[in-house]
Amino acid sequence: MAKDNQHQLDIVTQPKFIDGSALTIPMLQILKEDGSVQAGADVPDMSQELALKIFDTMQFIRILDERMIAAQRQGRISFYLSSLGEEAASIGSAAALSDSDMIMGQYREQGALAFRGFTVEQFMNQLFSNERDLGKGRQMPVHYGTAALNFMTIASPLATQIPQATGYAYGQKMDKSGNCTICYFGEGAASEGDFHAALNMAAVYKVPVIFFCRNNGYAISTPSQGEQYAGDGIAPRGVAYGMKTIRVDGNDLFAVYQATKLARELAVEHNEPVLIEGMSYRMAGHSTSDDPTGYRTREEENAWRAKDPVVRFQKWLEQQGWITTEQAQSNYDEKKAAVLAALKAAETVPVPHIDEIIEDVYDTPPKHLQEQLEALKAHIRKYPEAYPKTASRMDGGDK
Amino acid sequence: MAKMNLLQAINNALDIAMASSDKVYSFGEDTGAFGGVFRATSGLTEKYGRHRNFNTPLVEQGIIGFANGLASQGSYAVAEIQFSDYIFPAFDQIVNEAAKFRYRSGNEFNVGGLTIRTPYGGGIAGGHYHSQSPEAYFAHTPGLKIVMPRNPYMAKGLLLSAIFDPNPVLFMEPKRVYRASVGEVPEEDYRLELGKADVVKEGKDITLLAWGAQVEMAEKAAEMAAQDGIDCEVIDLVSLLPWDVDTVAASVRKTGRLVITQEAPLTGGFASEVAATIQDQCFLYLESPIARVCGLDTPYPLSHEKEYFVDHLKVYEAIKASMTY
Repeated sequence: MAKDNQHQLDIVTQPKFIDGSALTIPMLQILKEDGSVQAGADVPDMSQELALKIFDTMQFIRILDERMIAAQRQGRISFYLSSLGEEAASIGSAAALSDSDMIMGQYREQGALAFRGFTVEQFMNQLFSNERDLGKGRQMPVHYGTAALNFMTIASPLATQIPQATGYAYGQKMDKSGNCTICYFGEGAASEGDFHAALNMAAVYKVPVIFFCRNNGYAISTPSQGEQYAGDGIAPRGVAYGMKTIRVDGNDLFAVYQATKLARELAVEHNEPVLIEGMSYRMAGHSTSDDPTGYRTREEENAWRAKDPVVRFQKWLEQQGWITTEQAQSNYDEKKAAVLAALKAAETVPVPHIDEIIEDVYDTPPKHLQEQLEALKAHIRKYPEAYPKTASRMDGGDK
Repeated sequence: MAKMNLLQAINNALDIAMASSDKVYSFGEDTGAFGGVFRATSGLTEKYGRHRNFNTPLVEQGIIGFANGLASQGSYAVAEIQFSDYIFPAFDQIVNEAAKFRYRSGNEFNVGGLTIRTPYGGGIAGGHYHSQSPEAYFAHTPGLKIVMPRNPYMAKGLLLSAIFDPNPVLFMEPKRVYRASVGEVPEEDYRLELGKADVVKEGKDITLLAWGAQVEMAEKAAEMAAQDGIDCEVIDLVSLLPWDVDTVAASVRKTGRLVITQEAPLTGGFASEVAATIQDQCFLYLESPIARVCGLDTPYPLSHEKEYFVDHLKVYEAIKASMTY
């Protein structure tokens, strides 16, 4: 309703421009870098069981990321995107949700997916684009997705998932599902038009969505401060769009967890969208195709290494006596062995059958696709040596 | 049966869809209580509430992004883009998202509940930005269905099919004939098959193929040609993706001649796709080159709209040229 769009405004008689100093957004930190608790901060109410599950997931993802970067260098997979340094952001937030809440990620949230229970075999099958991949080998590595775990399939175009999260949450609200949607994206993606459309619509429609910005300092090579944005990061935009907003230390598991837990209450109980900006650092390159030495210094990386979220949380766990350094190490070794075994197994699984190439374009393949498939198969039969992955399995093969 | 114009038929289809499932939502710019700039959604807010039929902020990429998310959640999202000239900010959400949602996830997720309604086409003094026919851009995108009805009966039955079809559908409405096209329409729910062409008039000498508002031009041209003793077969393609190759090819095998008319510019238009396929399928049956009667390869003009527009006279001339080749 248009009404009088001036009626609530205070009147001033002198021209005065407002700048960013009118709104300064602090950063919530509960755990300090040494694993001790900030004075005046409350450690979230978290069971030992949950804390250890979170740590377990952090450790697993770190191993997976490190091993798969190595596997890419060895030429065993084509590509990889790691979440090194950002484990607390995705795992701490996922841990604060219900398993029936929807997760819409960008592509650096494998931690959230692992927390939901995606197995090491499922990760590997996707990474090797083999016939056991839930995505049927159609997307590049790291584009995970599973309906069973309420984790929307990742897509490469940036920020497209953000307005989709608003729409998904609208459906959840209408269905009175008692669930929310969390949507992850980077500070670079927050420059896309879709981000702005999404936040505005979520605030207008009051939907149960949590927008989680992983501000990791870089969009490939472009640094956030001064080149991605001139203002105070992403958080003020949430305020401008009319939603509750909080900035947290993205490397502090407790800050992330606590903020997300409260955000979920706002979202689910009050249909209030929330923006969380987690300040973190992308420890690895953007992807295995990227070499960060061209745009940032060792010193800068080392400064952030001291803020390592996994080490920080482990220190706190050790201080509680919930885990020992030796236990952590033996868990690490165990997981590493499991990752290597799964990697080896997935490598030998064949690619999907050629018939899959026309499936899922529509709910059923229309005639023209069936004709195109038959023509393709006739061609492959003629030159089987040129298409060895599919030719051997085509006729009487082990589909 | 009731007499309805094309807008009323669309409004009626939306009404029936929303009554038949609580999960059908209709939204777009100004489509809420106001009922949309063409009134296609009028009365729906009153009847179903503002949570089912509502306004969106002015952001096409947001509208379709939101619609994709809502559809992926299991709802039927019927999104209106006010003019198809303004669909381009949403191009990414349509081409990279909606069209690939099922494929890229290995069928873990889909946006089959998505229908995008958008008025298209010229002849309304709309200049560059209220006249375009952008169907060919989308016809190049596997995963979408594209439907363009020509009259109220087709519009209602096709829109109901589009809404409940398990695939995302781009439903392009011929706005020039929104009110001009009037006909008898069943009042109840009925569905017309997507992907199926409609033989509007049988004939033996030459095939005229059109879709949407151009079907009227083809019919008028066929009447003129009949005065010259030329018996035209007129086909409404109805769906551009997937399109009914068999019906068109069977007709051309019978007549040996094909004239395709489209409002959009010539180069890279959908008529070119039809021409390529039909020459492949019917090469030995053709008596003359396949003719495309199209808009010029210019932006859509204003003061020269009449000259630019593909009218019945241009189609008639193409018929005669084909017959005397």
